Amino acid sequence: MRITVTVDGTSYTDDVEPRTLLVHYLRERLGKVGTVVGCDTSNCGACTVHLDGHSVKSCSVLAVQAHGSEVTTIEGLARDGQLHPVQQAFHDNHALQCGFCTPGMIMQSIDLLSDNPDPDEHAVREGLEGNLCRCTGYQNIVKAVRDAAHHMRPGAGPEAERVTGADTGSRTASSVGGGGE
Amino acid sequence: MTATIEPEVGKGRLRKEDERLITGRTRWTDNLTLPGLVHLAVLRSTVAHAKIVSIDTSAAKEMPGVLAVFTGDDLDPEGKIGMPCAWPITPDMKSPRRPVLAQGTVNFAGEGVAVVVARSAGEAEDALAEIDVEYEDLPVVLGLENALAEDAPLVHEDLGTNRNALWVFDSGEAGSGGNVEQAIADAEVVVKRRFRQQRLVPAFMEPRACVVDPTAAQLTMWSATQIPHILKTMSALTLGLPEHKIRVIAPDVGGGFGGKIAVLPEEIMCLLIAQKLGKPVKWTESRSETMVAAHHGRDQIQDLTIAAKRDGTVTGLKVELLADMGAYLGLVGPGVPILGAFMFNAIYKIPAYHFACTNVFTNTTLTDAYRGAGRPEATFAIERMMDELAAELGMDPMELREKNWIKHDEFPYTTVSTLTYDSGNYEAATQKAMELFGYEALRQEQRERRERNDPVQLGIGISTFTEMCGLAPSRVLGSLDYGAGGWEHAAIRMLPTGKVEVITGASAHGQGHETAWSQIVADQLGVPFEDVEVLHGDTQSSHKGLDTYGSRSLAVGGIAVVKATEKVIEKARKVAAHMMECSEDDLEFSGGKFTVKGTDRSTGIGDIALAVFAAHDLPEGVEPTLDSEAVYDPENFSFPHGTHLCATEVDTETGRVRIRSYVCVDDVGKVVNPIIVEGQMHGGLAQGIAQALYEEAVYDESGTLTSGTFADYLLPSAADLPSFTTDRTETPSTTNPLGVKGVGEAGTIASTPAVVNAVVDAVRQFGVNDIEMPLSPMRVWQAIRTGEKAAGGPGAEAGGGLGSIDPAHGGAQ
Ligand code: FES
Ligand code: FES
Repeated sequence: MRITVTVDGTSYTDDVEPRTLLVHYLRERLGKVGTVVGCDTSNCGACTVHLDGHSVKSCSVLAVQAHGSEVTTIEGLARDGQLHPVQQAFHDNHALQCGFCTPGMIMQSIDLLSDNPDPDEHAVREGLEGNLCRCTGYQNIVKAVRDAAHHMRPGAGPEAERVTGADTGSRTASSVGGGGE
Repeated sequence: MTATIEPEVGKGRLRKEDERLITGRTRWTDNLTLPGLVHLAVLRSTVAHAKIVSIDTSAAKEMPGVLAVFTGDDLDPEGKIGMPCAWPITPDMKSPRRPVLAQGTVNFAGEGVAVVVARSAGEAEDALAEIDVEYEDLPVVLGLENALAEDAPLVHEDLGTNRNALWVFDSGEAGSGGNVEQAIADAEVVVKRRFRQQRLVPAFMEPRACVVDPTAAQLTMWSATQIPHILKTMSALTLGLPEHKIRVIAPDVGGGFGGKIAVLPEEIMCLLIAQKLGKPVKWTESRSETMVAAHHGRDQIQDLTIAAKRDGTVTGLKVELLADMGAYLGLVGPGVPILGAFMFNAIYKIPAYHFACTNVFTNTTLTDAYRGAGRPEATFAIERMMDELAAELGMDPMELREKNWIKHDEFPYTTVSTLTYDSGNYEAATQKAMELFGYEALRQEQRERRERNDPVQLGIGISTFTEMCGLAPSRVLGSLDYGAGGWEHAAIRMLPTGKVEVITGASAHGQGHETAWSQIVADQLGVPFEDVEVLHGDTQSSHKGLDTYGSRSLAVGGIAVVKATEKVIEKARKVAAHMMECSEDDLEFSGGKFTVKGTDRSTGIGDIALAVFAAHDLPEGVEPTLDSEAVYDPENFSFPHGTHLCATEVDTETGRVRIRSYVCVDDVGKVVNPIIVEGQMHGGLAQGIAQALYEEAVYDESGTLTSGTFADYLLPSAADLPSFTTDRTETPSTTNPLGVKGVGEAGTIASTPAVVNAVVDAVRQFGVNDIEMPLSPMRVWQAIRTGEKAAGGPGAEAGGGLGSIDPAHGGAQ
C-alpha cells in the first residue's frame, strides 16, 4: 500500500506491506533509529512517538494508519540545535542511564505535560505508567518532568514541537508550553 | 604560583553521554545495517525436555526471502562446540555440553532448535512457522528438591545426576573461626529458617542483538554485551578462531545488570553463519525470546541456622543452599551463589561459620549473574535472620545488629569467611539513617496502631549491609578456580593539541564512565573536563580489558586510569626539566603545569605534549611520546556498606503493601560524581524492591515460563515505586588511591531484606514470621489469615503485585 507520512517535518511517500508496524517503518525504511523496540506486547513504551501531536506506542500502530499524518520522533524535537525543554530537563536531572527507554519517556512526558502542564509527583508517575525504565528507579525522571513543566510555563521555554498541517488534534506550542490551561 | 582549580572529582557533573541519548542519535546494535546484510531468526523449543525425533526444514527453505535454514547438526556436525563456562567451582563439577542449537535433546523451553537466514527480519520470522520439529517428551525436572530426590529423572542422562557441584567453606577447617556444630550445640538460643530466593529476570530494556561482518580483514562482531573483551577471547576459544582475527564492538548498550555477561549461542551462531555465507548477518531478539532465552538470576533455597546467647551475641551461623543452575551452566553461573559465601557473615563478628552450596540442574532457563550476583541472596538471608533472632530474643532489631557488628575502630577486620574489610563506619551510617527516618516516632506509631487494632499496620524493616565490590584481586579469583583474573587496563593518549584520549577496558552500558573517567583525568592531568574523550567497548581501540560487572569499573578500572596518568606525568617531567633547564627534582606538578620550585617558571602539560609531538629537542634517550598505559590488579575487594530503613503500611484486610518511606545512608567511599552515585542508588533500590514485592519468573508444571512477557512479569513502573531518601557517609577505602568503593549493586543488595523485614514486622503479631517473595497482596493476606507463608499461588499472576503501592490506581489493567 502506498502511504504518505510526514516524519519530523519531512514528507515521505512509500509502498509498505499492510502489516508493517509504524515502528518498523520508521526504523527500517526511514532510518529513524532513535525510536526503539523494547518489547512485543505493547508494555514498555520505548517506541513512543507522537502521531498528530498525541503519544502512541508505534509498535501498536500500523504504518498504513499513519497515512496522511504527522509523526514526531525523538529525532525531530530539537530545533536549530536547541533541545526541547523536556530533553534538556532529562539531561539536567540525570533522568537517564543507559538511555534505551529515554526516547519513549521523553515523548510520553511531552504528551503528559500537554494534558497537564503542572503535574504533581503522583500525576507524573501515573502518566508514565506505560513506559518502563530498568535503570533509574524513576525518581529522576519524575523530577525531570516536573522541572520541564516549570521551564515550559508561558514565555519560559523555546518554541516546543512544531506541528504543521491543520487540525486532527494537533497541538500548538502554547498547549505544550502550558499556555493551554 | 599555583592556580587553585576546583577539583573535578566530587563535582556533580552532568553526563557527557546524555547528548546522543536524549536526541536519538544512539548506536544500538540493532540500528546497524551493512551492505548485503541478512537476518537470523531462531526457532525455540516450546517444550522443556524432549528428544528431538526429527527436524524438517524443507518447507521453510522454500519461503520467500529465505537463504538458508540450519539445525545444530548443520552448524556443528561433529557435536564439538560447547558454550563456555569460565568458573569450574570444584574439580569434580559436572559440566554438560551446551550446543549452539539443541542436538539430540532439548533441555529447556526456549532453547534454540533451528535458525533461519533471510533477506529481512520479517521473512526470517515468517519462515520459523514452516519448520516442523517432532519431539518425544522426556520427564521434566523442576524444583530444587525434586531434582535431588532419590528417584528423580535426570536433566542430563549422561551426567548420572542432577547435582552440578557441592562447594563448602567451614571456618573450623579454614582456621578462621570455630566449629559451627559445636556453637549450635552450646547455644542458648538457636533460630532456624528456610528462605526462598525466587527466580528473577534481569530485564535490561534493550533486547540482545548481534551483527557479524565477515567481509573485513578481521571478523567484526557488534554485540549488545557487557563483556566485549571476554567475548572476543571466548569466541576464539570456543570456535578455534585465531583471536587476532576477531574484533568485538559493544556500541551503545541498553542496560545489562549482569544479564549481558554471557557468551551467547546466538553470537556463536552469527559468527558461524556469517563465515559460511560470506555475508554480514544480524540477530535481534524479541522480548519474548529474551524472557525465555537470556539467563535468569537468583533461584535458591536457603536454610539458615543461627546460634546466639540470650544477650544477643551471635555465636555461630550455618548456611545450606540449593542453587538452581537451570539446564546448562552459564559463563559464570556456578560461581554466583559461591560469591555469597563471603557475605553471609555480613558486617557481623561471627565466631563460627559453615557454608555449603549444592548447585542443581533443572529443565529451566539457565541462571547466572543478576545485579549483585550471590551477594543479594546472602544479604537477604542474614538480614532476615537478624530480624528473626531479634524477635526470638525480644530485642530491638537495630540493637541486636549493633551488638554484633564490627565497630569503626576495629578496622581493618578479618572476617570469619577470611576477607579483610579495610574500612567502614556502621555506627555513623546508622545514626544518620535513623535520624532521617525518624525511627523512634515510627516505632511509637507502630505501637499505637497495634494497640488500636488499626486495619492498616505499620512495619519497620532494617538492612545494615555490606558487599564486596571491585571484582577482583586476581589471586582471590584464582583461589576460587575462576578462569581469569580481575585486573583492568587503561591508557592515556596525549594528543599534540593538548587534548586527551582515555582508553578503558571497562565497558559501560549506562553507568556514565565517560563522564566519571573525564573527571578523574581532568584532576590528574590538570586539563579541562571537556578536553577529555573516553574510548571504550571496541577491542580495536580498547584492546585490553575485563569489562564491567561486580561494581568493578571505578574501583578497578578507575584506578588503572589514575595509574596511567601518573605514568604520563613521569614522562612529561623529564621533558619539562629539559625544556626549563632544571633538574627533575626541582619540578612540582599541579594544575596541569610543571613549576620550578620557588620560581614562577612553568610549562603546561599541553605545551609538553606539543614539544614531544614535534620531537625536535628531547632529552637524550627519551621516546617521543607521553602516551602511557597501566594495568591495575587490586590487592583487595572494596566494601561499601550502608543502613537502609523501610517503613511499610500493610492493609490487613486486603494484604496490600504500601512503602511509606524508604531511607538509605550508604557509604561508598569517595565519590567521583554524586549525581551518578545517586542515580545508581535509585536504580538499584528499584530492582531490590521489585524482588521483594513484584517480580518472579514462574514455571508451570510442564516447564513453560508463564511470566514470559512484560504483561506477566511485573517490572515496576513509575506508579509502583515510591520516592527514596538517599544520603551518604564517606569512609574512604584504604586500598586504592582514590578511596572509592563502588556503587552499582548496593541498592539492590540492601533493599530487598529491608522491605520484607518491614512487611513481616507489620504482621508479626498475627503469628507470621516469613512471607515468600514476591509479597503479593494475596500472599500477605493469606499469611495474616493462616500463617501460611507461601500461600496464594505463585504470586506472579498478572495483577498479583503491581499496584501494591497505590490502591487508587492498583492492578495491572
Ligand atoms: S516496543 Fe514496547 S511498547 Fe512498543
Ligand atoms: S535509562 Fe536504561 S532503561 Fe531507562
